[in-house]
Amino acid sequence: MTYHADEKGYYGEFGGAFIPEMLYPNTEELRQNYIRIMQDPSFGKEFDQLLKDYVGRPTPLYFAERLSGKFNTKIYLKREDLCHTGAHKVNNTIGQILMAKKLGKNRIIAETGAGQHGVATATVCALMGIECVVYMGEIDIARQAPNVARMKMLGAEVRPALSGSRTLKDATNEAIRDWINNPVDTHYIIGSVVGPHPYPDMVARFQSVISKEIRWQLMEKEGRENPDYIVACVGGGSNAAGAYYHYLDNGDVGIIAVEAAGKGVHSGESAATSALGKVGIIHGSKTLLMQTPDGQITEPYSISAGLDYPGVGPMHSHLFKSGRGEFISITDDEAMAAGLMVSKLEGIIPAIETSHAFAILEHRPFRSEDVVVINLSGRGDKDLSTYIDHFKL
Amino acid sequence: MNRINKKLQEDRKLLSIYFTAGYPSLDDTSRIIQELEENGVDMIEIGMPFSDPLADGPTIQQSSTAALQNGMTTALLFEQLKDIRKSVSIPLILMGYFNPMFQYGVEAFCKKCQEIGIDGIIVPDLPLDVFKDDYEATFKKYGLVNVFLITPQTSEERIRQIDATSDAFVYMVSSASVTGSKEGFGNIQTDYFERIASMGLKNPQIVGFGISNATTFQAATKNAKGAIIGSAFIKHLARNGVDAIGEFVKSIRA
Repeated sequence: MTYHADEKGYYGEFGGAFIPEMLYPNTEELRQNYIRIMQDPSFGKEFDQLLKDYVGRPTPLYFAERLSGKFNTKIYLKREDLCHTGAHKVNNTIGQILMAKKLGKNRIIAETGAGQHGVATATVCALMGIECVVYMGEIDIARQAPNVARMKMLGAEVRPALSGSRTLKDATNEAIRDWINNPVDTHYIIGSVVGPHPYPDMVARFQSVISKEIRWQLMEKEGRENPDYIVACVGGGSNAAGAYYHYLDNGDVGIIAVEAAGKGVHSGESAATSALGKVGIIHGSKTLLMQTPDGQITEPYSISAGLDYPGVGPMHSHLFKSGRGEFISITDDEAMAAGLMVSKLEGIIPAIETSHAFAILEHRPFRSEDVVVINLSGRGDKDLSTYIDHFKL
Repeated sequence: MNRINKKLQEDRKLLSIYFTAGYPSLDDTSRIIQELEENGVDMIEIGMPFSDPLADGPTIQQSSTAALQNGMTTALLFEQLKDIRKSVSIPLILMGYFNPMFQYGVEAFCKKCQEIGIDGIIVPDLPLDVFKDDYEATFKKYGLVNVFLITPQTSEERIRQIDATSDAFVYMVSSASVTGSKEGFGNIQTDYFERIASMGLKNPQIVGFGISNATTFQAATKNAKGAIIGSAFIKHLARNGVDAIGEFVKSIRA
């Protein structure tokens, strides 16, 4: 039994490529080439070099002593918040921009919700001197002004998605439409482990550097490669996929996925896809997604813009359905309190997405001898105004 | 014989019209179909609105959003169509994205189509291999033809696979685009139309995307069996209403 993708991009019953014929040549070109390119030594060398010199990898695996004391267990934090641009997202965009160059593409498109993936994409496009268009929902543009400004400074064009609910899912639709209209010269950098095959697998492979490092770092610190648990927040699921990757088929390591319950799983304002979703098709992938009984995709809600995607990557749907992963949902209030707690105990202000992962410590007991690795996927600078509003700071 | 196959044998260029069910008003569906038939349209594609129509341009997206806001659902559409064969005899095709069909249940969906007298289904995001592995037998069981799309980027090998799996017509997308986005055809389209025409496919071809008036209709059907108009018709409906459908059809056939 494997929890990795098969050659058609299926994780159990989930995944595949449910795309209109107009996109077939685009994804087929990628499908036929991505593994070959990634395994090419010159590609690996350039990727590793940029991760080291430009992104700042390896990111530390930090023993969180005060947090461990409070919850009477051994907690390590994988410091993806220290990556250039402030989150794990850049691991994937570095990989994909090199992929695009190998494929001879001279134009990049991307979707973004809160703007983190848009910034990470605009960053690597600036680095490589490649034209960049980022689609962003009109509503998100209004509420994420600093990231819009960052993308513009980096030379990207930010195009508003005006259709549907005018948020992340619609920005994704617009990026896909752009790709349909520009099938030859353009590469679409998807920001998470979602979309048609080979994207979920390709993005997971680029993010797998996270668990690759955890293995040797934990060996140095604890004399073992395997933690008892690895914990990550899940929206689309890219930081989680990277943190789980090298442990997926290792039953000794417990996998914990933390979703955003918003105002409560059954409040009608939630993004807890595993709890609320049904199997369906979103953005070319068969996966769990939030939808009406009639099959219309619904708009999720979370205080964290990085977690309010109505679907979840097919890897995670499979982890949920098979029982390999333990899925926990955390409300806005619980996440915000956890963010404040980590700030005060460890001197680290986490992104609100990541705060959801920390919040399970209040609900989910661990044994004192357990080694628990929490993937600290991003830093909280981008969320200051939300923290300020919430805590009246 | 399926109504679509029969229609394709007629010795003339076919005009097919797409509209979004539930737009402009929720209950316009059967009237639009009747008006189109009365005005000499050969075939109709009834669009099932979807929240995330990623192969469609702004016109069809907006009509879909409006139709959903009006309250359109798969079950309601079937209800609206249940007596349609009492008054309409031209081929009727349902066109929509896969998720609503999947939620309804593919078998139940196909069974309902057969009861109503639907002749074919177009599902842009149901890929060839999944259709063949999982759904071809069900479509056949209920007498439904499935129509696949090809584009200027589709390889010859894949066009031949699609032709082999099709049993009515091949839907030729005129250019690399979403619906409603190109004005007129250039040399690239003409070359593409001629290239496909010379392939000797077993299925006739009907061209869609980018056809909006008599000029583009004629250009598209020079080599192909017919053409499909969607966005231009929806725009006309929005501006002039159901009563002016005859006027639109005449402007194309002129």
